[in-house]
Amino acid sequence: MSTPNASSVAPAEGRRRGLRRLRPEAGTPAAAARDRRRSKRSRRLANVAGLMAALVLTGVGYSALAPGASAADDSTGNPSNAVEAGRELYVRSCITCHGSNLEGVTDRGPSLIGAGEAAVYFQVHTGRMPLVRQEAQAAERPPIFSEEEIDQLMAYVQENGGGPTLPSGDLRDGDLAEGGELFRLNCAQCHNFTGQGGALSSGKRAPSLAEANDLTIYAAMLHGPENMPVFGDNQLSPDEKRSIIDYVQTMKTSADPGGYGAGRVGPVAEGLVIWVAAVGALLFGIFWMGTKA
Amino acid sequence: MATSTVPGPGAPATLVGKAAYEVDDRLIVAGPVRRTLNKVFPDHWSFLLGEIALYSFIMLLLSGTYLTFFYDASMKEIVYEGSYSALRGIEMSAAYESTLDISFDVRGGLFIRQMHHWAALLFVASIVVHLLRIFFTGAYRRPRETNWFIGVALLVLAMLEGFAGYTLPDDLLSGTGLRIFSAVFLSIPVIGTWIYFTVFGGDFPGELIIGRLYILHVLIIPAVLLALIALHLLILVKQKHTQFPGAGRTEHNVVGNRLFPTFAAKATGLLFIVFGVLAALGGLVQINPIWQMGPYNPAQVSAGSQPDWYIGFVDGGSRIFPPWEIDLWGYHIPPVLWGALGIPGIMFTLLMLYPIIERKLTGDTASHHLLQRPRDVPVRTSLGAMAITAYLVLFISGGNDVIAERFDISLNAMTWAGRIGFLVLPPIAYWATYRLCLGLEQHDREVLEHGIETGVIRRLPSGEFIEVHQPLGPVDEHGHGMLAYGGASVPKKMNQVGGARRAIRGFFKPIEEPAAVQLEAEQEARGLESEQSHRQLTGSGRPSEGGRPSEGGRPSEGGKPQQEPRA
Repeated sequence: MSTPNASSVAPAEGRRRGLRRLRPEAGTPAAAARDRRRSKRSRRLANVAGLMAALVLTGVGYSALAPGASAADDSTGNPSNAVEAGRELYVRSCITCHGSNLEGVTDRGPSLIGAGEAAVYFQVHTGRMPLVRQEAQAAERPPIFSEEEIDQLMAYVQENGGGPTLPSGDLRDGDLAEGGELFRLNCAQCHNFTGQGGALSSGKRAPSLAEANDLTIYAAMLHGPENMPVFGDNQLSPDEKRSIIDYVQTMKTSADPGGYGAGRVGPVAEGLVIWVAAVGALLFGIFWMGTKA
Repeated sequence: MATSTVPGPGAPATLVGKAAYEVDDRLIVAGPVRRTLNKVFPDHWSFLLGEIALYSFIMLLLSGTYLTFFYDASMKEIVYEGSYSALRGIEMSAAYESTLDISFDVRGGLFIRQMHHWAALLFVASIVVHLLRIFFTGAYRRPRETNWFIGVALLVLAMLEGFAGYTLPDDLLSGTGLRIFSAVFLSIPVIGTWIYFTVFGGDFPGELIIGRLYILHVLIIPAVLLALIALHLLILVKQKHTQFPGAGRTEHNVVGNRLFPTFAAKATGLLFIVFGVLAALGGLVQINPIWQMGPYNPAQVSAGSQPDWYIGFVDGGSRIFPPWEIDLWGYHIPPVLWGALGIPGIMFTLLMLYPIIERKLTGDTASHHLLQRPRDVPVRTSLGAMAITAYLVLFISGGNDVIAERFDISLNAMTWAGRIGFLVLPPIAYWATYRLCLGLEQHDREVLEHGIETGVIRRLPSGEFIEVHQPLGPVDEHGHGMLAYGGASVPKKMNQVGGARRAIRGFFKPIEEPAAVQLEAEQEARGLESEQSHRQLTGSGRPSEGGRPSEGGRPSEGGKPQQEPRA
């Protein structure tokens, strides 16, 4: 549970589960036995009072203890509530294609053993998973799970499959120029110089990095989604990954000093501008002059 | 005895006049200058297309000269320590470093660089549009074949010049283009490797190519371009400009405006419009942001690497040509040869030889000074449409990866669409254009024969309804017009022959009151009515009386055109 959201998830979950546990009325049998010889009326009153007291005590006691108990669960690494909740989400949304034991299903989805929480974060946070339909490549869209639920899924997959974990700290803590050089060497051949993305074969594509946040880029490098190769820590050290992220995010926010950037796609957009804007304007201009005979 | 010149009658009295007299006294230029200034140029908006190319070229010379003050055509490796932080500490060539300096540290450098690049794109684009105008109006026919050859040579040189300039910054994008260029050299059987090593002087990329391209770009090709442009214009002046057929225009005269002042004023105006558009683009729209691309490194390549638009069709040809590896007599012919050299080679050969081909096919060896309307030569027009279609398919295929990515289309589908489209679409374009030409021709003839549809429905005594047609000229005993088609545009609407009141003046917004024009028209009609006992249906004059409308269907405004004989 290294993600920042984990601790805020657990209390709410615990309270919901606590209410369910109250229903068996744990404290009542002993009180009933002690008062069996009393009169029916007083016995009935005592029953009700005892029941009420027990209920109140149990409820108060549980609500006082529960947060501490769930926090202890997290710190000791026992199967936590997050993992349990993640399992429920997994069974509901992922099991059809990834199998009941993360082993994958032929022609539907790959095994998640060894995928790790990085893969879950990337795929679910960018809305690629759950998959809309089987096609060349999963489409990016707004995530359908909340941040909490993504954390729970991450916990479940990490717990049962293992694999790369997400980093923590400032992911832009790197050298800008070195990041640029590494980006051009490792990333630009698919994602383009400016991270605009590019076409691959048969409808597959390297997506634009315009919407990608630091953690998404890092997670993608760690697990190599779809057609992307894995850039493990042996190929690109964590420092180098941070440099690349620094470069990508800096370039995205940097202004275009030359004016309107035309989508930063290069000569194709420039050709469009010269033919539509410039030749169009000049044809209009000479037609106008032509009427001034 | 002092022989002071006594001013005779007509001698200059003003200071300017005296100065001009002194000059002419020494150089004897009054005659030629007067002849030149009085030269008549026909007037049509499409005759200004070539001028756009000329003014782009002037802009290229001016901005390019400024860039040479700061550019260093060297491939020496240095470490960047300039003001662009995302590249600081990176190894790069001096050429790339100096281009970064022009972009970030030279005052006005980025603006001039961008203007230069936009001017280059516009230069080639306006040459192409100009060429299309020449082609579709048959302006290349005898005696102007020489100027056609020069024009095609100018286009090819402009493309080479542009490619050399595109490569000079030595950034990752242009380096990728150079790598492809080198591969095209290598693909030529037998002599390919020899050419390659002659050009590059060693393994790719070597240390020479930028310096060599620089000399080509700033000296050799511009000098040839300049000489050819001068020749192009001299031949144009000598042969005089072609003109569209129309009233008073024959094979033996030139109708238009004198060089001075009308034509000179328009040309100057256009010069400023072109400069203005280029300056606006250079200042407002970013082009070739080399700092985003990084220095060239043969180990790196980017998705979406494209050449500038005018090389795009070559790229497209290489992309869609099937991967056929052919072995002939022990020599290997890779597919890139067909795509990158075969298709452009065939294209430019056909383009260059087209006047000769057409002369051979039609047997027309006469001199022509009157232009043809595209519809009147359906075969040529359709061949042109076919060529444009094939070119566009190649051009679009040159950017097929960007289109695939942006519009979420499979790249394979784009490639196959290009392959099938290149074979299937041009014949369809030929057929459709041919039918369009015939349809337009027939409509012209129909209007000449039966007159303009007035929209007035008349009921005959028999009960039959007919639409009244306005004949354009005298009619025979059957009511059919006797005017023959002369290759000029035929008015098709009543207000083009003065049926309604004349059009309100003003191009962008009306500059006169509609009511006043209406009043004027009514007074004119009343005047005509009083002197004309028999009036045509519409009350307007015939075209011969009211004057022909101009090509655009707009009544000509301003002074009467000038005329001069063809020598």
